[in-house]
Amino acid sequence: MADKKKKTKRLIENEEDEEAGVTNPSMDEEAEAAQHQSGGESSVEQVDETHEAESLIKDLKTKHLSKQKELSKVKSPKEDLAKELRTIKQQSRDKVDETIRQEEAELSATEDGTVPMPTEEEELGESQPTDSIVTFAETTTELETEEAVVKKLKRKKEKVEEEEVLPLKDEDEETTKKEEAPPPPETVPPPQEEPPKPPPQEDVKTPRGLKASMKARLRKAKEEAAAEAEQEQKEEEKKERQLKRDKDKKKTRFDQPEVDEAELEEKTRAFKSRLKKKQPLEEKFRMELKSKGVFMPTAEEAFDFFTHDFEPEPEEPKPEVEEKEEEEKEEEEEKKEGEEEEGEEGEGEEDKKKKKEKEEDEVPLMEDVDEEGYGFYAVRKAEYDDTPETAKKEAEKLYYPSVTSVNAEEKAKILHDKQPRFLEDEGFYVGTRPKISGWNVNKMENRLIKELHREKWFGEDGRMIVLPNPLRPTPSRPPIPEEQEPGLEVQYRKAIMHEFDSRYIDGSLDNAGYYQLDVDINSLSFSHHHLFSREHVLATRLSQLYEEYMDRQKKNMAEYLSEKLKALKLSAVHLKDHMAAKKSEHNYADRSNFQKRLQDYKDEIRRARALRDKEEKTDRLLLKAIIKTWKDIKQQREKQKFINTPLKLQVITEETNKEFDLTQWKLEIEDELEEMEEEATEIYNRKKTEYEEALKKHAEQVKAKEDARVRIHKRSRKQSTKGSRASLGSKASKHSAENEPNPEEEAKDQEILNEPEIEIPDKPEEFNKEQARKDIIAKAKEIRRRPGEPKLYPEVTSTQPITEASKCPRGEQQRRNDVSKCEMFLKVLFNNKEVSRTSSKPLTQEFKLNFGQIFSLKIVQWPESITYQVYETSGFGGEIICEINSSIPDSSVTSQSVQLENLDFSSDHRVNHGHEGVGSGVPFSFGAKNEGTETLYTTGELRCSVAWAINDQGELLVPPSTQEQGNMFYAMRKMDPVTAIGAAGVVDIQKLAKWFEDSRLDPNDPANADLVYMLKSKGGESALLGPKEFFRLEQLQEEFNFCDDEAIDENKRFRLIYLRDSEVTEFKNYKMIPLLDRDIPRDTFAEYEKKKREEEKYKEEKDIESHRAAVSKFMQRVREQVIRRFRLLAHQRRLEDVINEEAVPNIALLGTSVLKLTERRRPLRVERKERKKVVPQTIDNVKILININRAVYVPRRVAASRGGAMTAREPDKAVKNIVGETQVQPFIEVMFQDVFLHTEVGDGPNPSYNEELEMPFKAPNEDYTPGNLQTVTDNIYLNLFDQVLIDIQEDDRQRGTTVHQRIEKKWLGGLTIPFSTVYFNGKIDGTFKLNKPPVLLGYTQGPDEEEGTSLRSNEENTYLSVFMTIEPPLQPPEPMRERFATTEDEKLLQYADNWEKTLNAKFSDREYKTTVIDVNGKTVFVTRYFKALEPPPDIFGSSDTEVKKMEVVARYVSMIPSVSDSVVFPGLCDIWSTCDQFLQMMAGDEEEHAVLLANYFLYMKKITWLIIGKGIPEGPTAYVMTEQENDYWIWNAGTGEHFSYRDSYCPLQSISCLINAENIWANVQQYEKPAQMNFDLSQGASWRSFFTRSFPNTGIASYQPERLYYKPTNKNAVLDLQEKIETLLKNKIMEWRSRLITRWNRHCTQIMRKLLPVLEENLGHSPGEQHLAELESTFSAYKVSGFPINMPYNEINPIVDAVFSTRVHAHDTSDVEFALAVYIHPYPNDVLSVWVYVASLIRSR
Amino acid sequence: MSQSSVFLLMVGGQIESAEGLDEGLTQVTKKSRDDRQQFVWNFPLDITFKTTNPFGWPQLIVHAYGIDAFGTDVVRGYGVTHVPITPGRHKIRIPMFVPESSSQLQKLTAWILGRRPEYVDVRVLAQGEGREVTRVRSQGFLTVSFNVVMKDMKKLGYDVIPSEMSTSVIPESVGPNSGGTTET
Repeated sequence: MADKKKKTKRLIENEEDEEAGVTNPSMDEEAEAAQHQSGGESSVEQVDETHEAESLIKDLKTKHLSKQKELSKVKSPKEDLAKELRTIKQQSRDKVDETIRQEEAELSATEDGTVPMPTEEEELGESQPTDSIVTFAETTTELETEEAVVKKLKRKKEKVEEEEVLPLKDEDEETTKKEEAPPPPETVPPPQEEPPKPPPQEDVKTPRGLKASMKARLRKAKEEAAAEAEQEQKEEEKKERQLKRDKDKKKTRFDQPEVDEAELEEKTRAFKSRLKKKQPLEEKFRMELKSKGVFMPTAEEAFDFFTHDFEPEPEEPKPEVEEKEEEEKEEEEEKKEGEEEEGEEGEGEEDKKKKKEKEEDEVPLMEDVDEEGYGFYAVRKAEYDDTPETAKKEAEKLYYPSVTSVNAEEKAKILHDKQPRFLEDEGFYVGTRPKISGWNVNKMENRLIKELHREKWFGEDGRMIVLPNPLRPTPSRPPIPEEQEPGLEVQYRKAIMHEFDSRYIDGSLDNAGYYQLDVDINSLSFSHHHLFSREHVLATRLSQLYEEYMDRQKKNMAEYLSEKLKALKLSAVHLKDHMAAKKSEHNYADRSNFQKRLQDYKDEIRRARALRDKEEKTDRLLLKAIIKTWKDIKQQREKQKFINTPLKLQVITEETNKEFDLTQWKLEIEDELEEMEEEATEIYNRKKTEYEEALKKHAEQVKAKEDARVRIHKRSRKQSTKGSRASLGSKASKHSAENEPNPEEEAKDQEILNEPEIEIPDKPEEFNKEQARKDIIAKAKEIRRRPGEPKLYPEVTSTQPITEASKCPRGEQQRRNDVSKCEMFLKVLFNNKEVSRTSSKPLTQEFKLNFGQIFSLKIVQWPESITYQVYETSGFGGEIICEINSSIPDSSVTSQSVQLENLDFSSDHRVNHGHEGVGSGVPFSFGAKNEGTETLYTTGELRCSVAWAINDQGELLVPPSTQEQGNMFYAMRKMDPVTAIGAAGVVDIQKLAKWFEDSRLDPNDPANADLVYMLKSKGGESALLGPKEFFRLEQLQEEFNFCDDEAIDENKRFRLIYLRDSEVTEFKNYKMIPLLDRDIPRDTFAEYEKKKREEEKYKEEKDIESHRAAVSKFMQRVREQVIRRFRLLAHQRRLEDVINEEAVPNIALLGTSVLKLTERRRPLRVERKERKKVVPQTIDNVKILININRAVYVPRRVAASRGGAMTAREPDKAVKNIVGETQVQPFIEVMFQDVFLHTEVGDGPNPSYNEELEMPFKAPNEDYTPGNLQTVTDNIYLNLFDQVLIDIQEDDRQRGTTVHQRIEKKWLGGLTIPFSTVYFNGKIDGTFKLNKPPVLLGYTQGPDEEEGTSLRSNEENTYLSVFMTIEPPLQPPEPMRERFATTEDEKLLQYADNWEKTLNAKFSDREYKTTVIDVNGKTVFVTRYFKALEPPPDIFGSSDTEVKKMEVVARYVSMIPSVSDSVVFPGLCDIWSTCDQFLQMMAGDEEEHAVLLANYFLYMKKITWLIIGKGIPEGPTAYVMTEQENDYWIWNAGTGEHFSYRDSYCPLQSISCLINAENIWANVQQYEKPAQMNFDLSQGASWRSFFTRSFPNTGIASYQPERLYYKPTNKNAVLDLQEKIETLLKNKIMEWRSRLITRWNRHCTQIMRKLLPVLEENLGHSPGEQHLAELESTFSAYKVSGFPINMPYNEINPIVDAVFSTRVHAHDTSDVEFALAVYIHPYPNDVLSVWVYVASLIRSR
Repeated sequence: MSQSSVFLLMVGGQIESAEGLDEGLTQVTKKSRDDRQQFVWNFPLDITFKTTNPFGWPQLIVHAYGIDAFGTDVVRGYGVTHVPITPGRHKIRIPMFVPESSSQLQKLTAWILGRRPEYVDVRVLAQGEGREVTRVRSQGFLTVSFNVVMKDMKKLGYDVIPSEMSTSVIPESVGPNSGGTTET
């Protein structure tokens, strides 16, 4: 009965558990089992009410619990987290409850049966587990059956006692069940069905009870209790409930994992202590307990007396604890309760349940709204609780999980001793574990580890599973939808045949002709097959041998050779006779000829005999082999007792005449012997002479050696005083002696000694006739038929009857069976595609197949291969035996002419048979008798042919033969690119074959198949192909040329493209090369060709210009070289060139930038903003902005009072101003690229213009890239003119009314600024001195005498203030920063680098030079350029003073033409050539001039420096400075002028450093203008020297030549040139004024000619007043305006330009005369100073 | 987050632009607010080229600038592509890249100062020469759709239309044009 109850309860609970989602039946089970046993033990001695009470209480609790559970279920959505905990609690609670219930049941049992039988209990305990297991295993629906089982069991075992117990229990049960059933709708129906059943059963059985009195008492008590309870119901119920609930809570708390065991104990202890203080409370509880006791009177009565007194205290703690906790938890609970309130209302029924559990007929309570406070106390008996017992039981029933981590053993067990697996380490994402304190985890783990299926709680890593498993248990993939996505639908497209395919004969399918190959497959025969029997093997061998024999027989080589031999012998004898007979008649030549012929015959005979012998030998061997094989066959047949093959050998013997044979035999032998002897004697003689000679030589050598040894010996003995004596005489000593004096002799001796010993040949042996005879006979015996031996003629026939299969042994039968089963067919593969196959034919017993099929293949692709595959089918399926490659037939092979050919094949298939068949590829033997085994592979022959078909019309269906050549090598093409490109003939078949043979390639190696195939088919006729004996270096090059070089040269377009690509200046930026040749203008190359022609032409000219030409050629060469070098470098970019990146900030920079922020703003100090440089692509409309500010000290017209008639017409006196100053009306004309612009006309000698002129600029080819711009050589000419108005009024009468004037421009001076200067500097700003002719007729300069001011030096010159820039700013070329190759010391360069860097850090705008680049593009240290060099001695002439000499030298230097580096060497501006190079090139820029000048000055013992600085207008430049007493003179080497450093008009604007041979001094002063500087170089504060004490100058050798060689100038050539220039200029002037007549005034010219040398002598300075006066007086009748121009000679063109720019010719009248004089002053080394005096004369009226 | 881009149709060799802007600046655009987070320019570009020789086929160089965290304009990417050589509509996805700073320190300062490394002359991108000295990092893509029309190419002997093209119609992608320039 108890079981039943338990069962049902458990079931319910299980169900509840299930509902809660947690089932842990195993736990329950265990606990139960344990419980029962323990219960069994305990129940016997102690049956007390305490138990009952306790159980009741607990019962109540369970009710409450379930309610709570349900509540929690209701609330679950809110408390997800709590749920987990709760379920865990639930489990533990359940466990506890279970035990309680059991106890209860037992209690009731024991109560009834006052003397409970241990057996019964034991039985119970025993039966219980089984029961429980069953229940566990089965589901609730099976309850009834179970019940039945249980009942049966019970009935059998414990009828009596049980029955007594039952009634009581039933009551209990009934009540509980009735009550239980309804409330939770979830609690499954089974329990409901159940209750009705048991009671009747038990009721029936009750009467038989033994202890009826007890029962009655119990019943009575119950009734009483019920009544009582009903009364007190309301009040007590509340209390109870509360209590129970709280107790429950306490329990739950207890069970909760958070609470520590120890903690709890402590708490209870604390409670106890508190209890003692709080007596009243205690009392209350006692009362309560007592009230409880009321429910079980019988037990209590007993206990009241015995136990109550003793154990009230231990009993108490629990309720107390409850109470305490109650108090504590009250608030918390309240909250909970509050939440649950609503729920509780509905669950009032559940509350009822609890009460019923206590076996009280409690009326369902109203709502427990007023729960707080303990209003009513029920007076009850104290409950008894046996503490040690409880503790014991608790210890048994309760389990306190440890907080220590689960020990490793346990864990290992969980993992089944596997290694823990960490998914995270395997790369899975496992998520982060929720944070739970270690203790809790440990506790839980400890708890779980007790579980039955503990494995499932733990993951593979040995820890609790807290996270979802990242691994899915089953592989998954996204579901594939049935329907395809519309985008992915496959559309049907018709297959397109690719149009162009080289494999097709005619390029494509469509237009192909009809080509047909006929493949004839005739028969297939096996020379070995795996089904061969042994006999077959032998038979095949025999037939093969026989075939060979027949073959040989047919040829009968032996016979032929013996005949030949005979004939030869005969003719030899004949010849000999002939020779002997006509010996006298023949001359020497004939004789030797005959002799030779005889010798030939002999050789021939010998050869023929050898061949015959060989043939005979093979014949004989063959015969022997045939006979032997036949014997083998016979043997085999005998042995196997059946005959397999029809082969039969018959040997026909032919009797012979023994006598005849014998004579023949002997004759033959004799013959041979004789021959041999003859030969041997010959050899013997020859050898003998050889031997003798050698012997002689040997003797000589021995002697010489002996001598040498003696000599050496002597010498060594001499030396032995020094050397060691020990080695005397030995060879080693000789070696050591070698080093001693008199080496020549010694060496000679040594040589003699070292000579190899002349070998003495073996003494030749004489011919041994007997031996030879023996040999011959032996040989003859071996190879020849012996005399008398019958001749044998074997004959093989196929007449042997074959044994019938039935008579054969089993093995043979099987074999034959197999053979007949075996079928074969062939596949024909064309280009590796099967095109047809033969029908399957059975294999005959002879292993032959006859196909006899012809396949016609219509082909569209080039035949690459024709392959046959032999298939064997035995039964099902085919097995490929082998592949046979056939060759592609030549186009000449037609189906009519073709012959069948035999193709051998073999297969390495391995077949083994159990029967007589020998198999293939497996060793077999012919039986015990035969020695060894043999391994044969399937081999055979295919008779077939391939040929081109012929159609009905008799046309050959062969593709066009042009393709054939290439086609032949098609197979090779794939592998060999060289042949593939059609370098026909590269493959020499013969050589290939030879190589193939030599290298012993395995022909059976499939890798070589292609080669073999090729050689086989073509090898025979290889001679036809003919060896092409050439070698191609770049076979492929031609393939990729799309036309040959000639075509490129001829085609204008290609040529243009080519020239453009090679960046020829004229075509470098040529855009839009026309597509067609004819569109290219014819004159495109005219200029280029002309230039080329000119280059050629220069060579031929012989005058002075030829030198220039040579120089220019030299320059061109250097230039090209340099350009190439630079282009190379220009293409090597650095990061800075490509990427614009902020530099690494350094502290100093940061500091300065910070300082800049704090700097005071100075609005009035305007700084020029850096203009942004424009990227050149978008540029058009480039202008040069020229801002002309003013001119000062412009020459004035000479006043009429002074000069009178000769100058420009007397300036209109009317205009003359009040001061009486002579008027001048200057304006500036700017000329650039043939565009003229001019300013307004100014007034007076110091005009102010402030005008901005915009000069358009056109870059050549519209290319504005720096690379192109820097090659622009155009100059900007600024010319100062005086505008003169000339009254040309012819008629004075009109003067009042008409103004008729002519404007004339008088050139007063000019300034030339190269465009490159403007371009490189970005801008030019400053006051420049104008180049002014030394003599300016009609103008004067300087102060007015009238004003009386003294003449100042600077007033001699005219100055012009100009600002020039380019708009928009063009990007200047990047300076080359590349480090060049150098021969300088690395240390020096490094130091120089540092030096420059530190200085540049301070003065960033000053240029410090330590290294420069020489003409060869090498870096050279700058001081190397300085060396005293002697100037040409004959330039000084009359100059006496030192200053004068210096000026002369300067003039000389300045007369060397100046060309900017950037023009000479575009891409880089700083190439320094040495002085000799400079003089040779006759061109250079400022540096070269300055260096040369400095070197001259050094020679003149001047203290000289080279100045690196900035000048006007050159920009960065080089000047020369010399120390002059108290002054420093600054020389402009380009013009020859010199200035004092204090001169403020000095064109040198700043000095960066001074250089001379000793040192470099960097300017570290604040100022850089020479006038402001201190030139005391010793002052470290002002000048920082390169070489210091710490880094001394170790004497760097000069780079300059030892001395300069000046070649004298050819005076005559100069005169010629002078004439030439004059004529040219005259012609030019006439050309310029082509509208007007140009007259020349000879007289004037004469005077001018006289004047010019004087000017030269004066070094370009004004010759002085008297000269002028002379001139003026001469031309008193004219108004003369004109001036001399001086310039260095470089080319004629600049001279013409210069004359043109003066506008002297621009007189628009015819009544003007001109005078032109040219004078060239020759300086040494072809330095020419050209003077041109040009003047216009207008006759004064 | 806004970006603007500069385009440059770089031509070399014989081809030159006959009509239309070959260098310019697009408008500034902002990131789209949807999930794609794209910058859409939809900037049309219309340019015609003429040539007699296909040497130096035009290339489109694009550099995008955006404002960084400090409000300075920094380069966000360079990209280059050839103008398609076949007529028709082409959608080209240009991978963009920026030059990297040469050191970590520079990277930091570049970031702080908003002056990241840039190409001195973007024309370098259109050539192979000089690129080897740079180190770049990829960032993002730019989609450009080209509509190319050609005239008389065949006459000049250049068959730019593949044989399949002449017969069949190539399906066009109908997807949204995610920004880019159009070139005709």
